[in-house]
Amino acid sequence: MTNKTVLHPKHLEAGAKMVDFHGWEMPINYGSQIEEHHAVRNDAGMFDVSHMTIVDIKGPQATAYLRYLLANDVAKLKEKGKALYSGMLNEEGGVVDDLIVYFFADDDYRLVVNSATREKDINWLNKVAEGFDIQIIEQPELAMIAVQGPNAKAKAAELFSDEQRSAVEGMKPFFGVQSGDLFIATTGYTGEAGYEIVLPTAQAADFWQKLLDIGVKPCGLGARDTLRLEAGMNLYGQDMDETTSPLAANMGWTISWLPEERDFVGRKALEEYNRSGKEKLVGLVMEDKGVLRAGLTVKVEGGEGVITSGTFSPTLGYSIALARVPSTARDTAEVEMRKKWVTVKVVKPSFVRNGKKVEH
Amino acid sequence: MSNIPAELRYAASHEWVRPEGDGVYTVGISEHAQELLGDMVFVELPEVGSKVSAGDDVAVAESVKAASDVYAPISGEILAVNEELEDSPELVNSDPYGDGWMYRIKADDESELAELLDAEGYENSIDEE
Repeated sequence: MTNKTVLHPKHLEAGAKMVDFHGWEMPINYGSQIEEHHAVRNDAGMFDVSHMTIVDIKGPQATAYLRYLLANDVAKLKEKGKALYSGMLNEEGGVVDDLIVYFFADDDYRLVVNSATREKDINWLNKVAEGFDIQIIEQPELAMIAVQGPNAKAKAAELFSDEQRSAVEGMKPFFGVQSGDLFIATTGYTGEAGYEIVLPTAQAADFWQKLLDIGVKPCGLGARDTLRLEAGMNLYGQDMDETTSPLAANMGWTISWLPEERDFVGRKALEEYNRSGKEKLVGLVMEDKGVLRAGLTVKVEGGEGVITSGTFSPTLGYSIALARVPSTARDTAEVEMRKKWVTVKVVKPSFVRNGKKVEH
Repeated sequence: MSNIPAELRYAASHEWVRPEGDGVYTVGISEHAQELLGDMVFVELPEVGSKVSAGDDVAVAESVKAASDVYAPISGEILAVNEELEDSPELVNSDPYGDGWMYRIKADDESELAELLDAEGYENSIDEE
């Protein structure tokens, strides 16, 4: 069965090329994914991310539950609306999913998890919830639109009420606020400023059209992938999955080791991996012609690895990739490209931020 | 439905061929092919002066999505390549039958042209995909 978001007719209206994305019929592009990419880097673009799963966690033990469920520690969240990126791990220390959690109160949180893993995630949330006094509330009647780019906030604000405009004024990155019918968050998956806006499905098409009318360019999954890869952000199922330690997926910063007495699912396995630490996720840069692609073998000092995501970077004009390699890797790697071994640079997995090249 | 000009000949592997007179032919890829590939990021062209046989992979069209071989629809000598594509590979997307041409070839044996598809035959071959 194919799922469709409430914005599906708007995509067809705009001439989108639709593809199957893990059971959802979604736009891959509306003509040119490179133009869409540049719109987000230079102006403002929007993405339908209504397929993502929104789950509210409520109840007296919500905080205790999330501190056990997640490798990052929600106890760090003190300010209302503050968000946190975290992995949700299994007992073996592999990543069940990555997600964003918003804090509203000690008994009130919101999770945004991946669409491709919806069923698995809901089952996992329920399994871990055993013994905790909480409620897990899915919100399928909500749509979500990401508006991203240097002009995204100003353009989106044109559609806000006075109350909403003052609610988001001065809001720092990684915060969310409910104002009127909109939940407005300073989050995204592009490396640019902008909002992710959650709204009732009944209002989504109208909101999308109004953004279109003020010149926000609709962008598909193609541009979303090149933008997140330039920003060095992982894609679940590609750069990590249940068999991957977050320590081998550049997610070490999302693990809260302290306080030591906090137990969370996967902690023991993670501590053990941290001692042996065989692999890491790095960035690759190839300034020669050609495009690094997922699945290609990478030779580095001390062994072999594999490209987990690779693309042509429209902002930089050459190819970039994420690769999982032995921890012994130094500053170059060899990649087999069309029967020839090519030397590429090994860098930190971050390539473009706020429209500019990241110097390594 | 994508544009398939009636005056051209086609290979089932999506190249088009246009006669320029004196046994010289221009070759590119069809609108349908560029649609399948998506935004072009690099085009690798054959060497001018090289001899190729029908069916040889002579060029590479690399898009955001994949690298795809481009084959020689007929045998002959490469006379010229479209150097504009070096800096502007997107011409293959915006004007596949015009500014997005790839190379010119001097046919060894013009009877090979009879093996290629006409517009209708090419359209049928796409429909069967």
